[in-house]
Amino acid sequence: METSVDNDLITRPDLTTGRVIASTKIQEDVKGIKRVKRSHRQIRAENVFRRTLVIVALTMVVLVLGIMLTLVVQSIPSIKSAGLGFLWGKTWDPVKDVFGVYPFLLGTILTSFMALIISIPFSFAVGIFLGEYYPKGWVSNILKNTVELIAAVPSVIYGFWGLAVLVPLVRGFETKIGVDPVGLGIFTSSLILAVMIIPYAASLGRSMIQMVPSNLKEAAYSLGATRWEVIRSVILPYTRSGLFAGIMLSLGRALGETMAVTMVIGNTSLIPKNIFSPGNTMASVIANEFTEADHPVYLSALIELGLVLFVVTVVINMIGKRLIKGFSNE
Amino acid sequence: MNNTLVKYRIGKSIGFQALTILLSVACVLPLIFILVYIIQAGITKINWHFITNLPKPVGEIGGGIANALVGSIIIIACASLMAVPFGILCGIYLSENKTSKLAYWSRLCVDILQGVPSIVIGIIAYFWLVKPLGGFSALSGSVALGIMMLPIIVRSTEETLKLLPDTLREAAFALGLPFHRVILKVIVPCGISGILSGVMLSIARITGETAPLLFTAFGNPYLSTNVLKPMQSLPLLIFNYATSPYNEWHDLAWGASCILLIWVLLLNIFTKLITRKWKVQL
Repeated sequence: METSVDNDLITRPDLTTGRVIASTKIQEDVKGIKRVKRSHRQIRAENVFRRTLVIVALTMVVLVLGIMLTLVVQSIPSIKSAGLGFLWGKTWDPVKDVFGVYPFLLGTILTSFMALIISIPFSFAVGIFLGEYYPKGWVSNILKNTVELIAAVPSVIYGFWGLAVLVPLVRGFETKIGVDPVGLGIFTSSLILAVMIIPYAASLGRSMIQMVPSNLKEAAYSLGATRWEVIRSVILPYTRSGLFAGIMLSLGRALGETMAVTMVIGNTSLIPKNIFSPGNTMASVIANEFTEADHPVYLSALIELGLVLFVVTVVINMIGKRLIKGFSNE
Repeated sequence: MNNTLVKYRIGKSIGFQALTILLSVACVLPLIFILVYIIQAGITKINWHFITNLPKPVGEIGGGIANALVGSIIIIACASLMAVPFGILCGIYLSENKTSKLAYWSRLCVDILQGVPSIVIGIIAYFWLVKPLGGFSALSGSVALGIMMLPIIVRSTEETLKLLPDTLREAAFALGLPFHRVILKVIVPCGISGILSGVMLSIARITGETAPLLFTAFGNPYLSTNVLKPMQSLPLLIFNYATSPYNEWHDLAWGASCILLIWVLLLNIFTKLITRKWKVQL
């Protein structure tokens, strides 16, 4: 069909200039009917295509609504049995059907925020380095690509490396400062997470810093400001919302990260005593216990955990996205 | 007095620059450590035997990861088969209807989907496919990974097509081409490099995903090509063997990590080269 249309396009001028009129009238009629049929087919195909596009876009919405609905429906048994106590119940004991997720909430918040605190200086440094000091050249090119590769390494590999290299190191450190030398624990997972989330805030910070208008910077220089003073009193205030958005995206990543954390956090359901003790995050509990959940309320409690995780990460991501949008519209 | 103040300020500025450079370089170190360590530990394990054999039971030396390699390829292929056409069509819709209400909601949903933790997608695939089908299956793993691919493909398609000049589309319409041919024969071929790099990026991203496969594809010690049965994949194998207490299994996991790492990095570098060659901006 496609070739025939192309022929049609080529022969059309011939028809209008009347060069083919020599052919018999019947042939003309047949051609005309054919063309009408063809354009009908084209119109139908066009409509089908348009409709397909709309259906695909609708499916996208339905998919996300379906995800939310599934999570909510499946966690109803747990919501019914525990209510709001679910969030601050201090014991998680599947054998006795007691499901309180406070230890996991605490574990998640501790690991993500510690990771964030460790990684922010590094990611902002990369952002400033690439956005302000050395925006061009091969050194910054290498740095940019390497930092982006940090995000590309699969999390299970970070976990394995952490297990083999970082855990013994942390264990040695713990013996030195006199806490239980377990090696596995919240501190170790924060370290791994910190490395994993550097690229998110760094690349966003870089593009935001590059968008600072140069006349603002030049005005500050003309007043006699040093480079550091320009960065502190022009660039950082100007890009504040963008940098904050970067932090939000990093946080969203850290909260949802599963595998690397599961492998090095130690997996206990007890409330962590200090930052070196083993614990569990929401994601790691789901990863560990989902296939073991043998009765409906247990499974449903894990799904409710997933629902909490979903809501928190989505809200944080949306805040980040809104901030970026607001920044680029300015 | 004035002179010392100026010197102090300049010194502070230089000090900050040095600190920035130091911290930036420090960022790269962990990655280099990890790359070097994994490749050192893994490269010696990789040989023909390792690639073509099944894992041996504990206590026996040798064995390979053929089942995980085959499984990974099948799962990723199925996921791409589902997600790539869907994602590209959705991206086309979003770039063609920038202001419609449906486009707004659909864009919002793509944003939401991008932030959903991978483990939650695993739960969803479990309830949508594993439970109704009555058992763990590679297909459910593919669906989970496909859902994770969608946001990246949709975004890259939309952004690429947005950059194309309107005159291109108008010229095609002026020739009398119907809408679907304008899109499929003119617009999409013009933006193919951006779309392709989005697809490759999404494949690189899901290749290393473990969490959604934990309770969907589940893992399988034997070679399986049936998508309705549990199937092993590289990241699952690494997770299971790395957390086991046996040294032979650790060796297998190191070899597998090395292969996975090289695979993912090559995909990423290849994507970079494509984007640079065709000057795509993502």
